[in-house]
Amino acid sequence: MKSLEELAAIREKMKGKVVLREGSGDIRVVVGMATCGIAAGARPVLNAFVEGVNNEGLTEKVTVSQTGCIGVCQYEPVVEIFEAGKDKVTYVKMTPEKAAEVIEKHLKGGEVVSKYTIAAAVE
Amino acid sequence: MKELSLNILDIAQNSVKAGASVIKIDLDESDETLGIAITDNGCGMTEEQVASVMDPFFTTRTTRNVGLGVPLLKMEAEQTGGGISVESSVSEENHGTVIKALFYKNHIDFIPLGDIVSTVSALIQGAPGIDWVFTHKKGEGSVELDTAEIRAVLGDDVRLDEYEVIKWIEDYLKEGYDSLT
Repeated sequence: MKSLEELAAIREKMKGKVVLREGSGDIRVVVGMATCGIAAGARPVLNAFVEGVNNEGLTEKVTVSQTGCIGVCQYEPVVEIFEAGKDKVTYVKMTPEKAAEVIEKHLKGGEVVSKYTIAAAVE
Repeated sequence: MKELSLNILDIAQNSVKAGASVIKIDLDESDETLGIAITDNGCGMTEEQVASVMDPFFTTRTTRNVGLGVPLLKMEAEQTGGGISVESSVSEENHGTVIKALFYKNHIDFIPLGDIVSTVSALIQGAPGIDWVFTHKKGEGSVELDTAEIRAVLGDDVRLDEYEVIKWIEDYLKEGYDSLT
């Protein structure tokens, strides 16, 4: 059974990490979670990013957050990636599988996955 | 929506945007009915706003004139023979909103609840500073989670949206549901 002792252990483990995280978050992954996004499948996409970023050990430099309607409802689920000094990248019609590819190539490798961007979708 | 848990995620996001510090999600399930209540202490709505919130062409957003969250929930409840109610107050000492929906589960148009654990974890991940109180009563049993209790153990240093904490919450809820069946 899950116990509060386990939570206390998480607290002890995280104490050192919290200090490390100060001033980090160089890359922000933002998932649109308004009615349009949720109906189109944003929840599993969000979960895929949260889990994938953790599993790939990227939590020091990548933060995953949620926002409302990004304004292009027909392309939901939409994910925006903000990185200091670079143009914002907007990924559209996302799925957990595409999220895994974006984590691998973009967040880890620094290479934009052009085929999933809004620019490719409107062409 | 494919699952009612997605409607809950959507409606509760409105409570987050309303500036609530406590959001309660109560599910009350019998063999025949499913009641959903989402209660917040956010800024609330005026009588006029409550009257128009069922209208899909009403929204407080300024970027466009469509708000589908509440109308969708209303339609999904009514198509099972149920319905929804919205109560809200903007008074200084007691502001907030309660949205209740009743579904008849045996109706052919009843949409399943779906993955409520993912909904609760997504809400906490998105707004870790809010106190989330989740209760799902099912027959004699219940699954309950109050993030204030979790925060009391974690202290101020560890945020609720840390991956390990979110994972613990998901596993805790899944265990709760396993023990119900």
